[in-house]
This record gives sequence, structure tokens and C-alpha cells, in this order.
Amino acid sequence: MTGPRTAEAATGSQGPRPAPGVPARRGKRVRRRPLLHTSYGQDMALLDTPAKRRWTLALLAVALLLPYVLVDEMLSLLATAYVAAIGAVGLNIVTGYAGQVSLGHAFFLAIGAYTAAAISGDPDGRVIGLGVTSMLVWLPAAGLAAALAGLLVAPLAVRLRGLYLAVVTLGLVFLGEHVFKEWDHLTGGPGVGRPAAVPELFGVRFDQAGPLGSREQQLYLLMLVLLAVFALGARNLARSRVGRAFAAVRDRDIAAAVMGVDLARYKALAFAISSFYAGCAGALLYTVAGFFDPGSFNLLLSVQFIAMVLIGGVATVSGAIAGALFITLLPRLTRELPALAPFISGDITRTPNVFQVETVLYGLLIIVFLVFEPRGLFGIWVRIRNYWKSWPFSY
Amino acid sequence: MLAVEDVHLRFDGVTAIDGVSFEVGPAELFAVIGPNGAGKTSVFNVISGVYRPQRGRVRFLGEDIAGRRPHRIAAMGLARTFQNVELFHNLTVLDNLMLGRHCHFRYGALAALAWLGRARREELAARARAEDIVDFLELEAWRRHPVRLLPYGIQKRVELGRALAMEPRLLLLDEPVAGMNLEETEDMARFVLDVRDELGVPMVLVDHDMGLVMDLADRVLALDFGRPVACGTPERVQGDPEVIRAYLGGEEDRS
Ligand SMILES: Nc1ncnc2c1ncn2[C@@H]1O[C@H](COP(=O)(O)OP(=O)(O)O)[C@@H](O)[C@H]1O
Ligand SMILES: [Mg+2]
Repeated sequence: MTGPRTAEAATGSQGPRPAPGVPARRGKRVRRRPLLHTSYGQDMALLDTPAKRRWTLALLAVALLLPYVLVDEMLSLLATAYVAAIGAVGLNIVTGYAGQVSLGHAFFLAIGAYTAAAISGDPDGRVIGLGVTSMLVWLPAAGLAAALAGLLVAPLAVRLRGLYLAVVTLGLVFLGEHVFKEWDHLTGGPGVGRPAAVPELFGVRFDQAGPLGSREQQLYLLMLVLLAVFALGARNLARSRVGRAFAAVRDRDIAAAVMGVDLARYKALAFAISSFYAGCAGALLYTVAGFFDPGSFNLLLSVQFIAMVLIGGVATVSGAIAGALFITLLPRLTRELPALAPFISGDITRTPNVFQVETVLYGLLIIVFLVFEPRGLFGIWVRIRNYWKSWPFSY
Repeated sequence: MLAVEDVHLRFDGVTAIDGVSFEVGPAELFAVIGPNGAGKTSVFNVISGVYRPQRGRVRFLGEDIAGRRPHRIAAMGLARTFQNVELFHNLTVLDNLMLGRHCHFRYGALAALAWLGRARREELAARARAEDIVDFLELEAWRRHPVRLLPYGIQKRVELGRALAMEPRLLLLDEPVAGMNLEETEDMARFVLDVRDELGVPMVLVDHDMGLVMDLADRVLALDFGRPVACGTPERVQGDPEVIRAYLGGEEDRS
């Protein structure tokens, strides 16, 4: 039923659309049936229709070309957005797929950021540093340290649910904020900060000009590849026994247990994997700016990640990525506000300033999406897709 | 196979089960009947580990499982359905069936992230088994639908499928035809008989209404206020004066 239309939408959007009722390119191309699968392997593939394969390839091609088109400032911003997307995909694993609301994401990001920075830092510097700059070491270490912290938090999720869990994980953020502000031997202290991890892989420093181009081009491509890897991992996880068990725990925990899902184990696993993603994202997030302050890991950061998941679409990987792009690029737009609306100040000491406007916008966006489109950007995309699928019969 | 021995279950103030004992043999279709509130669902909850009884034992495959956690009991091969459909509403029919096979997978989270080798092989094999159940229960048309969108009768059938996907050694069915019309009831009765005849799985069937149970069951246990009232062949239980009084005194006198 949807088969031929999918193909039509894909070809139609590449060229001028024929008038309604006139069949497009009849006879030239045999219309295949994109949803006709002849083996379970085909049916269970991630990109199970030619249209999906084409679109994914096209998106990847565009993303790979961008560094040779955009200015450096935009590339840095996008590189940051890609890292944020890794974190958002991670939060979506525990909150979207497994249904355990966590406001503690900033805490796990911090653990990753400091683990990586400490491992790769200058041993002779004023803050802790081991001098091991290889990403192959500090990236997994950052993820594992955060995953371990996630495992320690998980037992709370077995005892608490919903709001109670949210409030307790929120406590983690306050706890972390305090510890990181005081522990200036590790963090450099508030207002001073410390250098971020050094992104070096096989002898190539990605935070300097190198074989792939300028510093910004290099960082952009590095983050793009990493995001692709992490996103693929999450998609695989979601369609595996683990992803199904997460969804079962989220939808009906008693039934899940009766079907053989060990609730404690899978909640712990969700927190561990989600925190692993957060740890890696935290480690990478500040390599773009090169520097970070212990004050960054506050409630607002957690809320931003929640916003990415809710705005992008709960329990979809592509939605979390879209949400992360949206939230990261939003400040770039609000920065332009003082020019348009002079009563909004660009100065943080004045009221109203753009930073306040941003915070209010996050809140408003979350409310708007929760009320009007609970499936987020992903839901809007599905609506658009369904509109075109049934085009020209739009009911 | 299954032996419930002198089980007592109290919720503060309410006695839900008051000294129930019964045994289910291999390939037997055993039924538990009783008016609403008699404690039938509670018996299932005790067997499947959702509730821990204050007294008594539940032996399954030779082990005392009373108070054991539900997922461990499930892993031993005990499957059940629920009186009020408890499917995973956002998952498709296929995913619900695949989740039923949770205990049969061996691969872990790392293999899941990579989806290579073992994870892929096991998923493909499980998919083939899930498709067998789709065929068996005639669910072809609904495969990819999220179960929350399905009609109630189909949801009940999917729930039976999810339990069968576990390849259970014993199957507990809690009011499989509750709320169904005549046609759906007959379909379900046919599937229950098919399960027994083709798969040879022993079953415990709960129903508050006598009709279906009397046609299908080998033996029947009647409960009233958590107490066993009569046990034996359907004819004997049906004719038992205590049972008749329980039903006439209860809210079932309308039917
Ligand atoms: N979780 C519970 N908390 C308190 N009382 C319960 C609970 N579950 C069942 N009961 C009580 O136990 C009795 C038996 O209920 P149940 O097993 O559901 O009966 P049936 O399935 O035969 O209709 C009822 O009086 C019910 O109110
Ligand atoms: Mg009941």
C-alpha cells in the first residue's frame, strides 16, 4: 500500500513534480516494491527501504561536504552540536527507551569531561594531568568512568520511579557542582577552569590544522564520524533484545518481569549505557572550545539535554540528533536578538538579556512540544512523510 | 509439574487466598473457577512470583518457587497472560512476540551495540520462531501494528502469542475470553485446544464463568472467598452444591 508511494515521493522530490494524476515516468522504470522483503534479514535491516538508504546517503554526503562550504564559526558550532547529539542519544537510551527520567545527565557529562581532561592533561600543569593524549585511551576511559557512576546510581531507579527518580538524579547535579567547584586541583576552580582533553588520534592533533584541513574542519569531521558510530550503536541497541527489554520495562514493568526481564539488571544497564554516552560526550564537548569551567555542569545543562530529547522525539535516535542540533544552534539565533529587539541586551549583567531569553525559550519549547507534538521533531517529520505518502489525497 | 500446597495470601485486612492446594500434571488442562474476587488472579500472581505468599509452597519442576522473583520463574519456563491485557503498548505485535523470547537469547549488550555475528544470528532465528506464532495464531495482518491500536480481541490473542513465544513448560491463562463476544470466544477456545493438542503444553485456565471451562478443562478447582470449594472433573464440580451456592450467592446470578 505504502510501497509505490514511497518511491514516488523520493523520485518526485528530486525533480519537478508532475501534475496530480499524471503518472511519473511510467514505463521507464519498473516500479519495485520497497516493502517487499524476501528474507527476515532484509526485513530487519536498519535501512529497510531504498528510500531510507538514499536519504541516509544523501544526508551523509551533505554533512561530509559542509566543512568545505561553511565558515569556521559555523563548523565549530556544528561540531559542538554533533557532540551534544551523542549526549542526547545517550539520554534518550535511559529516558526515552527505558523510561527512567534522569535529570542527572550534566553530572555524567562532567565525570567524562574530567576523566578525559585529567588523563590527557599536561603532567607539569597546575591541574591534574597524566599526559596520555591518545583518544583511544581517554575516550573509552571517560565513558567507562561515567558508566560506573551510572551503575552506582541505578539502584535508586529500582526503588524510585517517575518524579522521585527525577528529583534524586537532580540531586546528583548539585552534588557534582559542589564537588567540582571545590576540587580545584582537578577542575581549576570556578572562573578559572582547565584545558579540555587533547583530541589526538594516531599522532594527528585534531585541534590543530592537519591532513583534513583547518582546525575547525578537522574537529568537525572527527565529531561527525564519532556521532555516526554512536548513533549506529544506539540504533542497533534499540532493535536488539536489550532495546525491547528497555521498552518493556518502560511500558509495563510487572509484565516485563513476568516475561523474564530482570528489572534491576536492565535499569542498571540503561543507566550504564546512557552514562557511557554522556561520559564520551562530556569528554569531547569542550575539545572544540579547548577550555572548560566547573560551573558548566549545572541544572541548565541537564535541562538542555532533556529539551533535546523531548523536542527531537522520545525514543528515536534521529530525533535526539535533530533535537541536539536545534538546541545547540538556537543560541546562535538568539544572539541576533539585540539587533532586532533593542530592549533585549547582549550583556549578561542587564535584564532582559539574551541568556535569559534562551532559558525561557527552552522552557517554552518543552511545554509547546509536550502539549502539541509529544513525538517531537520526529513526530512532525512522520506527519510530513505521511502527508506526502497519501498525496494528493491529504486527509 | 506444578504443585500448589496450602498457600495463604493476605493483604492488610483482606484474605485473598486461604489455604489453596492443587496439582497440575503434564499435558493437563486444569481450570480454576470462582466468582469475581474469589482469589483466582491472586493464585496466578503467587505462582508467577508477583506476590509472595505468607504461608505455603509452590513447587514447579521440583523446586519451591514461592517468593522467587518473577524473571527467575519465567526463565524456568513458566508463562502467563493477564486478565487485563498487559502488553507493551508502544511495541509492534512482532516486537511483543520477540520480547516473549527474551530468556532464549544469549547475547549481551556489547553484541547488541555492534549487531554482528551472534546477535544477528540469534535475532534472525528468533524472528523465524516469532513468525511461526504469527502463523499459528493467524496474526499476519497485524504484524507491524503497535498493539495499542489493535482491537481488544486481537490484543488478547497477541498476549497468548507472547506467552507461547517463551516456549513455556507451563502456561497460565487468566480469563482469556473475558469481555469477548461469542465469535472471539470460540476463536480463543480453538487456539487454547490447539496449544494443548499441537504443542502439548500443560495449562492452568482461569475463568469466572463456567461455560468455557466446562468444555475445555480436564479438571476444575472452584474457589470462593479464597477457599477451595470443590475440585474434580467438570461434571462433578458443576453439580457440587457448594459451587452452585457460591455462584447463586455471588454476583453471577444474573448470567
Ligand atoms: N494488590 C492487592 N491489594 C489489596 N487487595 C488485593 C490485591 N489484589 C487482590 N486483592 C484482593 O484479593 C481478593 C481476590 O482478588 P483476585 O485474586 O483479583 O480475584 P479474582 O481474580 O478471582 O477476581 C479481592 O478481594 C481483592 O480485592
Ligand atoms: Mg481475576
